[in-house]
Amino acid sequence: MSIGHTLLGLLESGPRHGYDLKRAFDEHFGHDRPLHYGQVYSTMSRLLKNGLVEVDAVETGAGPERKRYAITDAGVTDVAQWLARPEKPEPYLQSTLYTKVVLALMTGRNAAELLDTQRAEHLRLMRGLTERKRGGDLADQLICDHALFHLDADLRWLELTAARLDKLAETVAA
Amino acid sequence: MTPEGSSPSYRRGCPQLAAEGLRKAYGPTPALDGADFSIHPGEVVAVMGPSGSGKSTLLHCLAGIIAPDSGTVRYGPYELTGLGDAQRSALRRSDFGFVFQFGQLVPELTALENVALPLRLNGTKRKEAERQAREWLERLEVDAASGQRPGELSGGQGQRIAVARALATRPRVIFADEPTGALDSLNGERVLTLLTDAARDTSAAVVLVTHESRVAAYSDREIVVRDGKVKDMLAGLR
Repeated sequence: MSIGHTLLGLLESGPRHGYDLKRAFDEHFGHDRPLHYGQVYSTMSRLLKNGLVEVDAVETGAGPERKRYAITDAGVTDVAQWLARPEKPEPYLQSTLYTKVVLALMTGRNAAELLDTQRAEHLRLMRGLTERKRGGDLADQLICDHALFHLDADLRWLELTAARLDKLAETVAA
Repeated sequence: MTPEGSSPSYRRGCPQLAAEGLRKAYGPTPALDGADFSIHPGEVVAVMGPSGSGKSTLLHCLAGIIAPDSGTVRYGPYELTGLGDAQRSALRRSDFGFVFQFGQLVPELTALENVALPLRLNGTKRKEAERQAREWLERLEVDAASGQRPGELSGGQGQRIAVARALATRPRVIFADEPTGALDSLNGERVLTLLTDAARDTSAAVVLVTHESRVAAYSDREIVVRDGKVKDMLAGLR
């Protein structure tokens, strides 16, 4: 999963402090792996350097300075491009896909379109593997079958998610 | 036999079959809501989508089995919705082939007689019909079962014989609705390989309705039907 893009997506709803970003990330995507503070700040400083976020405000108090980050236009474009780009089909990428779907819903983008694009990309790869099986020996066929069954599992997840998009949108909006 | 009884010269034309703006409702429930579709000779197009999305209704409209409430289906020079029942039946017998999930073979006939049946209905003499049927049974790797009746066949054998029968008249369009839905993976794959290879060899177009991605992977492209609307993924990605 791309933490940078996820944090950028979270910033689309409005400026946040690093601490708020971590909390929002953990709440939506970090069930098994909460984000370390160090990851948040190193990611934000990279995004800052690349002009994808800017410091919206700096709060000074008794403790260290607290920066509030806002997404820039370039950052919004970067998130849009990431969401529109299909992931290279590979096993166990559900967490990335899940993140993309939720972020698309959170940011008012077309999540069904995202799922359709990903389905097409998966099927494109499955066609290639099926073609390879036709001309291949038994070892080839078994290797291709292994990949095909994993891709098939991904596709079933895509279908199920597409069927539950309305419900997921309600959950995300709540 | 075509509706005019002649061999159509448009058989190598493209697209082979095209539909525009198809709408079909069953009572208040819309099954198709402005669906467009086209397929070219030798092309295999997977029709995907969840149960109840309108996949089978689309196939039935394209094949002239049911009439859409509105919209057009064009096959070569013919507008299917403008043809009478008898003409559409003749066209289906001569130019279209069908493979379904279950129960397609006539239980009283042997495998050979089942495959020869559509040829006989089109006027081919018995001896010639059976010669051609035997060739298709060989191609589908079930010639050893030619004398057996459907009740004596395994699911995989029965489905291969159904495919042989669908191909026997050298149809220009093959409509396959979940053709491997009742088969295990190995038999399903063999049937799909044989079906798509034979279709490509004869430049027949295949409309392959399925909800399984591994089946759709045998196609050249896929369309997705959802809530009666059709999305062409190739066009969508362009």
